Formats: sequence, C-alpha cells, structure tokens
Amino acid sequence: MAALGAGRAVAAGLLRAQSLGAWRGLRVPTATLQQNPQAKSQSAKPEGTFQVTMLPGDGVGPELMHAVKEVFKAASVPVVFDEHHLSEVQNMASEEKLDQVVDSMKESKVALIGKIHTPMEYKGELASYDMRLRRKLDLFANVVHVKSLPGYKTRHNNLDLVIIREQTEGEYSSLEHESAKGVIECLKIITRAKSQRIAKFAFDFATKKGRSKVTAVHKANIMKLGDGLFLQCCEEVAELYPKIKFETMIIDNCCMQLVQNPYQFDVLVMPNLYGNIIDNLAAGLVGGAGVVPGESYSAEYAVFEMGARHPFAQAVGRNIANPTAMLLSAANMLRHLNLEFHSNLISDAVKKVIKVGKVRTADMGGYATSLDFTQAVIAALEA
Amino acid sequence: RTSLDLFANVIHCQSLRGVETRHRGVDILLVRENTEGEYSSLEHEVGPAPPVTPVTPVTHWEPPPTPLSPPNPTGHDHQWEGDGLFLQCCREVAAEYPEITFQNMIVDNTTMQLVSRPQQFDVMVMPNLYGNIVSNVCAGLVGGPGLVPGANYGHDYAVFETATRNTGKSIANRNVANPTAALLAACMMLDHLRLHSHASMIRQAVLASLDDPRTHTPDIGGQGTTSGAVQSILAHL
Repeated sequence: MAALGAGRAVAAGLLRAQSLGAWRGLRVPTATLQQNPQAKSQSAKPEGTFQVTMLPGDGVGPELMHAVKEVFKAASVPVVFDEHHLSEVQNMASEEKLDQVVDSMKESKVALIGKIHTPMEYKGELASYDMRLRRKLDLFANVVHVKSLPGYKTRHNNLDLVIIREQTEGEYSSLEHESAKGVIECLKIITRAKSQRIAKFAFDFATKKGRSKVTAVHKANIMKLGDGLFLQCCEEVAELYPKIKFETMIIDNCCMQLVQNPYQFDVLVMPNLYGNIIDNLAAGLVGGAGVVPGESYSAEYAVFEMGARHPFAQAVGRNIANPTAMLLSAANMLRHLNLEFHSNLISDAVKKVIKVGKVRTADMGGYATSLDFTQAVIAALEA
Repeated sequence: RTSLDLFANVIHCQSLRGVETRHRGVDILLVRENTEGEYSSLEHEVGPAPPVTPVTPVTHWEPPPTPLSPPNPTGHDHQWEGDGLFLQCCREVAAEYPEITFQNMIVDNTTMQLVSRPQQFDVMVMPNLYGNIVSNVCAGLVGGPGLVPGANYGHDYAVFETATRNTGKSIANRNVANPTAALLAACMMLDHLRLHSHASMIRQAVLASLDDPRTHTPDIGGQGTTSGAVQSILAHL
C-alpha cells in the first residue's frame, strides 16, 4: 500500500512535468499506478479505467453530458461511462430500469447524473423516480458548494459557502392524501436518526474542509416538533465538535440575510425543502443554475450533478445551455476518484475560459453556444 | 391570525429612490395565504412505522414542470391534469380574469429568479411557508426589514404591521430601529380607513426624508437614529 502510494506520488510528479501529449503516451504503461487502493477491484477495467454510471436525464441533460464526454475525450480521462436512460416524462421509467441503475451503481459506486424531471400529472404514484432513486441509493446528503467564479462578476463577489441538505425525508416524503373533500394533508417526516446523520455529516464535512462555522436553518418556531427535533439533533452533534462554531437561523431570516449579506455564512445544514430553496437562491447569487455543481452522498455511493437541478426544457436543441456546472461537477467526480491530475486539468480549463471572458453562454451575458464553450474548454486543456 | 381569519397577507416591495440596493426597479406585490399550510400547528411524534393519521396539513404543492409556462389563453378549457390543489384553485380563479396574465413557477426557481432578475415579477400569490420565505427574500432585495410594510386582511378585520414580522430584540432600546416600515404600514391603514389625504401626506414625507442619506438608520447603511429619522419626517410634513 505504501509502495503504491509512493508510486502514485512519483507519477503525479511526472505528470505535472509532462505535457498533455506525453501523458497520452504514458497512460497504458502506468495502468497499475492508477489502480489506487480506494478503487474497488471490479471497477478497474483492463486498461485501468474507472466505470462511472451516467444518467443523462431530461431537458438539456443529454447535451451537457455530451459536453462532458467531449472534454473527457480531449483530456484522455480514464473513465468509461455506463449510460442509462431513466426518464419519467419520456416514458422511459419503470421499476426494472430503476433496478438496473442501482445494479450499475453497485458496481461503479460513482455516478454523473442530469435532472430526472418530475411530471405534473399525478399518475397514481406520489414519489417521483428521482426521489425513489435517491431513497434506494440512500443519498441522504446533498452538498452544494457555492463559490464565486473568478473573473465572472455578479452582484456578490468572492462568495464561498456550502449548503448541506438532508435529501431523503422531510417535506419530500411523498405521503399525501385527501382527508376531506377539498382538504389535502401532506406529511412532513422528520426523524431523529436521519437528522443526526445529516448533522454529523455537516460537521464532519466542515472539519475535513477546515470550515469554521455551521449554521442550522429551520422553522422551529412554527413547526415546533418537526423542525424542533431537527434543531435538537444538530445541537447534540455540535457538542461533539467544540472547534466548530454552531449557529441557528430561521429560514425566512436566512433568505433575507443571503440576499443582503451572504458573506456571514460558511456551512449551512437544513432539512429537504429549505435546502432546495436555499440551493437555488445561493446559485442565483453567483450566476445561476448553469455555474454551480453539486453532489449527493450516501455511505456507499457518490453522485455528481448540478447544484440547482432544473431540466431547462426550453433550451433543448437550441445549443444555449451552459456546460460549466456539469463540467465542474465532472471535475469534482474525478477528484473523488483520486484522478487529481485530470480533475485539476478540467476545472482549471473551465475557470480559465470563464476568467478570460471571451466565450460565455447567454446566461453569463455572452453570445456563445454550448458547443463554442465546450470547444473553448478543450482548447484551454492543451495550453 | 386564525381567530381573526386574516387569510391574506399582502406586502408591497418597492425599490425606494433614496435607498441604495444591489437591485433597482423592483416592484412586487406579494399575496400570501396566512391561515393554513405549513403553519397549521398539527404535529405529533409517532413510532417507527410511517403514520397513517394526518400530521401536518400542508396545502398540496406538487412541483409544476418548467417555469414560466405560457399563460392560459382565453377560451381554453381548464387544465385539471392533477395539478397541486393550490395551483388548481389559482388556475380556476385566473380563468375568470382573462385580462390578467397568469403564470406559475416552482418556488426554488422563483428564489433564483428573484436574486438574478426580480424585475420580471409583478404580483405573486402562494401558500404560507413559501410566502414567508419569498417575502423575506423580496424585503432583502429592496433594502431590508426596516422598509417594507405589510397588511393582513380578512373578511371582517384588517391588521397592519411590518412585512417581515421581526421583533428586532437585538436592536431594542438603542434608538437605531428604522421607523419607515411601521410608518408606511400606518399609511396603508389610513388608506384602508379612507383617510387618503393624510395617508399620502405622511407617505410623501417618509419617502422624501429617505432621500437624505444623513438620516438613514444603520440597517440601510447610515448612522442616524430613530428619533433623528422621525424628526426629519416631521420636518417634511
């Protein structure tokens, strides 16, 4: 194990000195060096590549995945995608498909997914396929790192906060019924176990990334038992981490503070619905859904996706979607797979293109198409 | 609020001329359901099995598809396709007002749009919790809790207050609170009582006094005091 680690360090040193072209030649002989200790034996294909499950999803998902694949090809990333097309709106969803995806995940452990859209019609099933997938894989923690992109000015610059959202219970428990005519009841479930789990995840994350403060967001003044329990669990876990400052804030005040003074926040942890809203709000502060990557974790799996999840169906076929978020998310995925070199290569290229500012998609105020942006990123890889 | 059946909370968030904010030209009227939804205060603790008895009644809000769907053109049949109950009711009522454009938007996308382009919104209607969140976001956009007045209407009663309902206990007794929100709420009350001339007189004075940054209280970036702001308003009357 130590020898392998040392070998990897040597390879890393070698790689930094070499150009991209030389790295292409190096890939095959150094296959053993890529099989890091953390990779499961099944995921290492003969050439030393990793398998990653890919779910393009709906809307602009397939276009963004195409951008990712192009960039990966240009950067010679040793990743093979196992694609599955799960889609409720395109009638490509069923229990078997869901099981296929879960089986694929069991092998790859890592996935890159687009938004699996939930249609408006109530067809007898309250839980969407998206929610069912997350519950099956037990992806309890959604992490969105909201960071201002260098060179892209928004109304709030130099923002750096992390939003951690409990993703499997809360308001999304899909338990609703009509108790009397014209009266619907919807159950918001908060459990001690899941609240403690997400709180512990938040504090562990803060410790690992060297963050100093965790703020729990709630509405316990109104939902005294539900959010009260969540808050209680956060407080209990906070006592185990004396080095990290713990604060609480009510959701309405939190939203106002995010709009007026977002710099006061560091790490935020909250139940499902508030997380959904705050993810989107914070994404809006740094440039919108097109620039913020996100990830979801369970004890065994890691899923990489967009921070603010929207299918953006109006953009399908018009080549205007911004690939930034998906590319940055793919780079995060590579870091998770310990492919540090490739991860930095891609994220540096994306950030360089944005910083230079000549090629920007419409949502960032530019005129470029998605393909233009992807080409620009590929060009930046060479440099 | 429930015993007086103040079912509608109305707040008007407007960019004020004298107050500098990151967003300009914001003019949003927010209508929030005030008596049911997530605030129904029906909670209990159950065993590990999922409960079958109702817990927290919340008005049904199934996320609609892509945002900014085009408004229902007149002459179309109602679209019942299993919308959330709230959305369904909104559509029904909207059909009776063909001259007013009706759109719907998921609340997560709404908050994102509010921080990037709030000028696209005109009137917004929503259930209780989303109303709470969105009203705070809008108040933040125009300058904070010290500037926005709110009104609560029922069939028999009307109650006027500051829009974001903060107690402000951290700044109590320090003479730094911003009187604008409360004064504008009082103007809304005078309008309600049909004392329009008095209402406009006070409102003009409040807005004129905001043009002078020397009287701004700390929440809008100044160093003035509450009494200073009030004196300035009295001078403008």
